[in-house]
Amino acid sequence: MVGGGQLLLSLLTGLADAAGLFFVASGLTVIFGVTRVVNFAHGSLTMLGAYCGWSLISRLPPTPLGFALGTLATMVLLAVIGAGLEIGLLRRVYRAPELFQLLATFGVVLMTQDIVQWLWGVEDLALRRPPWLRAFVRLGGARFPRFDLIVIALFPLVFLLLWLVFTRTRWGRLVRAATEDREMVAALGVDQRLLFTSVFALGAALAGLGGVLMLPDASANLGMDLTTVTDAFVVVVVGGLGSLPGAAAASLLIGLLQAFGIMLVPRATLALVFVVMAVVLVLRPNGLLGRPPGRGGVLGEVRALVRPAPHVLRWLGLAALILAALAPLLLGPYALAVGTEMLIAMLFAASLHFMMGPGGMVSFGHAAWFGIGAYASAFAVHLLAAPMPVGLLLAPLAAGLIAALFGAFVVRLSGVYLAMLTLAFAQITWAIAFQWVDLTGGDNGILGVWPARLVAGPRGFYWLALTLAVAGTLGLRAVLAAPFGYTLRGGRDSRVRAEAIGLPVTAIQLTAFALSAAAAGLAGGLYAYAKGSVFPTYISLGHSVDALLMVLLGGVATMSGPILGALAYTGLYDVLLSATSLWRLALGAAIIVLVLAAPEGIAGGALKLWQRRRPA
Amino acid sequence: MTRGGPEAPVLAVAGLAKAFGGVAAVAEVSFAVARGEMLALIGPNGAGKSTCFNILSGQIRPDRGAVYLNGESVTGLSSRAIWRRGVGRTFQITATFASMTVRENVQMALISHHRRVWRFLRPARHYFAAEADALLAPVGMQDQAERAAGELAYGDLKRLELAIALANAPRLLLMDEPTAGMAPAERGGLMALTRRLASERAIAVLFTEHDMDVVFGVADRILVLDRGRLIAAGSGAEIRANPEVRAVYLGSGATSGGH
Repeated sequence: MVGGGQLLLSLLTGLADAAGLFFVASGLTVIFGVTRVVNFAHGSLTMLGAYCGWSLISRLPPTPLGFALGTLATMVLLAVIGAGLEIGLLRRVYRAPELFQLLATFGVVLMTQDIVQWLWGVEDLALRRPPWLRAFVRLGGARFPRFDLIVIALFPLVFLLLWLVFTRTRWGRLVRAATEDREMVAALGVDQRLLFTSVFALGAALAGLGGVLMLPDASANLGMDLTTVTDAFVVVVVGGLGSLPGAAAASLLIGLLQAFGIMLVPRATLALVFVVMAVVLVLRPNGLLGRPPGRGGVLGEVRALVRPAPHVLRWLGLAALILAALAPLLLGPYALAVGTEMLIAMLFAASLHFMMGPGGMVSFGHAAWFGIGAYASAFAVHLLAAPMPVGLLLAPLAAGLIAALFGAFVVRLSGVYLAMLTLAFAQITWAIAFQWVDLTGGDNGILGVWPARLVAGPRGFYWLALTLAVAGTLGLRAVLAAPFGYTLRGGRDSRVRAEAIGLPVTAIQLTAFALSAAAAGLAGGLYAYAKGSVFPTYISLGHSVDALLMVLLGGVATMSGPILGALAYTGLYDVLLSATSLWRLALGAAIIVLVLAAPEGIAGGALKLWQRRRPA
Repeated sequence: MTRGGPEAPVLAVAGLAKAFGGVAAVAEVSFAVARGEMLALIGPNGAGKSTCFNILSGQIRPDRGAVYLNGESVTGLSSRAIWRRGVGRTFQITATFASMTVRENVQMALISHHRRVWRFLRPARHYFAAEADALLAPVGMQDQAERAAGELAYGDLKRLELAIALANAPRLLLMDEPTAGMAPAERGGLMALTRRLASERAIAVLFTEHDMDVVFGVADRILVLDRGRLIAAGSGAEIRANPEVRAVYLGSGATSGGH
């Protein structure tokens, strides 16, 4: 039985969690509302806040005043960092399509990880806790940390303060006006640059506050950037993009559900938040308090003319294919294993490009389909004792079928909301793989997924991977060049026009979603046999981000983009990994340089150079 | 199909009504358009023209009333279903596929018309290219067939939309503000072209328009909407002479030729 004391304790825990979520998410939602930048680096700012806070507070007297001063100083520091980030990077990419802004913020995420590790080391940093921080209060026979009560009290305080700033000051009114209609505010002669910089500074300061306040109960660690940004995105999306009251309401909802969810269904805790987000998005496609996006969709504004590949490119592709087919005669087993991974990455990236490029449906959780394919193959081996061809057939089939069911909800949404629903699905899938230990082995994964004897060697498997990955990638390309693919692109370019000429946009999008998932599933199945094992990490956010990076690096608007992007990303990754311990810093910097120099991606940039040399 | 017989008008609207949040946007509107006729629907801003159009093209369901195409009710059908019954549409703000060429834009409409959407392997460029050029020729866009729709001049976009709208051999063409955003000199040309195509192909045309020179120059008949109600219908001369119309337009501060 659950006692009253226990209920009160859960309530307070939930409120404290909600407060923490709100501080970070409020910054994210304000930044998004004004600048329309999907700031994946917001978690990195929170992480920086935690580390900077740790350094500052550790040097200050261990009193409440010292803590408060350290917190304020951290917020100021983060505001400066945020402003610097806006001026140095984001300001230069506002005009680029939203997807490249996203890519730029990914670059910041990678760089920040290495910078933090370099400055503070890999150890988790916990704050030395003086007595006042360790104190408890007694509530109906239960003990509750006093510090958490302070955090709870800060929630309405910060909300009220922000509310006053946004409603009572000229600056706040400008921010709200810019959230409503950016063009109008610009037309009225408001200095947008100052507005954007200051909004970014405020958002970063709030992220810093969130980071510092995590210190007493947890610690500063290197994994907190992605976990924080995921949670913050969930809150912002559930609340409605750009809505401050929405973020507050969603924080409460999620914080409390988490606290009580642990009591009711302890096994589903990891998935719970994402189930909530999925349900909210299905019922209210614009979040609790969000409004439908205005003119110009968010995410995926790529409208370049798509042409069939020039003949030179076709011959180059053929030459590369012949070279790739001959590689096993020239290369050793290690290089072949790397080659196999590159081929699988190519198919994975091509499958994501299929839905996010021509389909206009950006996925933050594409690893779900990869993972479902991998687990389907593993189950085929272990539960059905099936031979490899069956396993490789089940992988795309399982991913495609599940996507066809789930996709019905996805294609009703668009932009960031759609992306977040795919993320929710991926996180739920990941949680199942992680927590349903009896079936999936949990964190230990499933081992012994070995390929058939014919292709058991590195050469044989490389050829198998080459055949299937190239066939899959070329198959997707063919579909994109066929009426189906054109219809898909038409629905992205102008849904109104597509429907006015009788094109079944929703059915086409759903089919494309399932096809994309099936191709990713095949990549996952191949990967399972290549590694001989399957783990929940295949479905992790990091893996989904890998796919996004490959597609964005290559360029969304060209059909060869994902191929180049996958090869460049995996190649760059391997080279950097062996060359420097700061590979994330180098990779992040490379991505940022690329975004600034070639916002069309590698293939897009090359195409532009090519066209410049040949006058039309 | 045509239960109303050969004499039935292409489009007949009976007692159409639609309210938004208690405010009547369209109230008890009835009219008909015959083959080859050009009917203009005019009225001040907020008169209900767009709502009317969006009901006719299937984007909004009416609260009451019925819409008949060749005597057959299409009330409440989707945009796609209405297009399938031979209704072409152009938009006030042009809507084309920016990542495709001019020809490909028309090919898409043909692919849809001939039900070739669910084709997965043969490249789309092999579908109906000649037919697309045959539609581009009369609107004068054939020499721009290879250009990206996303980089066309506004007037050319309008002509492209016209070619797209003709792809399913429509019996009715709905044109929402066809000359909006065009230079005055271009407007007459586009409407003369529409006029010619309409009589050649016996297409009924219903259009809304702000430019009164265009309206009085090209329309066979004119309907005037005010606050959701149809207040007048007739030839240009009749409409000019109608005191209620004069009151609505002059009362709202606009003059003929202005907004």
